[in-house]
Amino acid sequence: MVGTKCKTCGKVFFPPRSVCPHCRRNGKIVEYKCSGKGEVLTFSVIHSASDQYAAMKPYVLAIVELEEGTRMTTQIICEPEEVYIGMPVKSVFRVLDREGTEGIIHYGTKFVPNLA
Amino acid sequence: MVGIITYGAYIPRYRIKVEEIARVWGGNAAEITGGLGVIEKAVPDYDEDTATFAVEATRSALCRRIVDPKEIKAIYVGSESHPYAVKPTSVTVGEAIGATPVMTAADYEFACKAGTAGIQTAMGLVGAGMMNYAIAIGADTAQGAPGDALEYTAAAGGAAYVIGNDDPIAVISHTCSFSTDTPDFWRREGADYPRHGGRFSGEPGYFKHVIGAAKMMLADMGTKPSDYDYAVFHQPNAKFPQKAAARLGFSQDQIKTGLLVSRLGNTYSGAVPLGLAAVLDVAKPGDKIFITSYGSGSGSDAFDITVTDAIHDKIDRSRGPTVDAMLADAKYLDYAVYARHKGKIKT
Repeated sequence: MVGTKCKTCGKVFFPPRSVCPHCRRNGKIVEYKCSGKGEVLTFSVIHSASDQYAAMKPYVLAIVELEEGTRMTTQIICEPEEVYIGMPVKSVFRVLDREGTEGIIHYGTKFVPNLA
Repeated sequence: MVGIITYGAYIPRYRIKVEEIARVWGGNAAEITGGLGVIEKAVPDYDEDTATFAVEATRSALCRRIVDPKEIKAIYVGSESHPYAVKPTSVTVGEAIGATPVMTAADYEFACKAGTAGIQTAMGLVGAGMMNYAIAIGADTAQGAPGDALEYTAAAGGAAYVIGNDDPIAVISHTCSFSTDTPDFWRREGADYPRHGGRFSGEPGYFKHVIGAAKMMLADMGTKPSDYDYAVFHQPNAKFPQKAAARLGFSQDQIKTGLLVSRLGNTYSGAVPLGLAAVLDVAKPGDKIFITSYGSGSGSDAFDITVTDAIHDKIDRSRGPTVDAMLADAKYLDYAVYARHKGKIKT
């Protein structure tokens, strides 16, 4: 997971930002590799999904706070009854969506429980 | 000496039992399980495919040992279930590990032996001094038509090998191959599922090539089966590798660590790479490993491998999940949910 970090204030951004919203012109943005570890800040269980995600329902959508402090909305791959606020999670590489049977396949980051 | 710098494996969490598949298709579960020696098989999640297995296995390898991704100049992914018919899986892996853009990459296909063919290519590039590191991956989400004999075993998973020559954890002393045009198993462009020649895939397919390559290796190296601590053979079921081992003079004890098929199923291009990963999970310096893959169509690649002290000093195996731990972390599906997972139900 490659994000960015503002060397002026130390804040980490994922997805990467090219300008620090806090320091603005005084910010100095550099590439930063996130650990991929964090915890569930809050979550929702999706029972009524759009067509491309229908096969996965019910699934867990959460806001995850990474160790570096940045937050992102992401899917947690687990049963809906397993997830809880504060659950430690780690990033995995998965298919995000497929444009039908003939279009592009989008890959990216999702999260799984990191209980071990 | 060229060898394995680090390795990683990936097995999805879901499983279906052979008896559950037999229940749906009216098969005799005890007869099928007994005949194949397979109890259950690994099934991918909805959002998993060969590319996600390849990335997870490679990341696990790079967690175990720090290798500068910019020094990785080649990536080969062997599979018969690449997500695209045209567009390489290997560059997806390259991007995910930060090895792009100064690298070469290509996808391989040779039924179940495309992963070991990738290892041979990586050995050649490193051995020729063209690069420090090359990655070879064998991974598959194997397909079997509903109700076909293949459906009982067609499984999912893969393993990745970083090949190089600075302090390898295992030296690959020699590799040799035995290949002929033998149409025992195939899938035409656009077909969803492979077809096969049934029993024809045994003697003229699997046994001729596996035994051909294995005997060539023993002759080339001047070794005998008892010189090896472990042996891994391609494992479409449990019977074939046990029979091949017995014919060659390897004991059941030598093959048991790398024989995963009864709990994993046949992961096609992932099968021998995963079997070798299971051996490396427990191997100690000095152990000798004999490998022979098989890909229908047909060919076998054999390898003579010796584990070095670097397996203790240069790599932290605990930083990646072991094959055994991933096999133990199983979640069972019934046939209906399995069919949904595999996309066998079209919506």
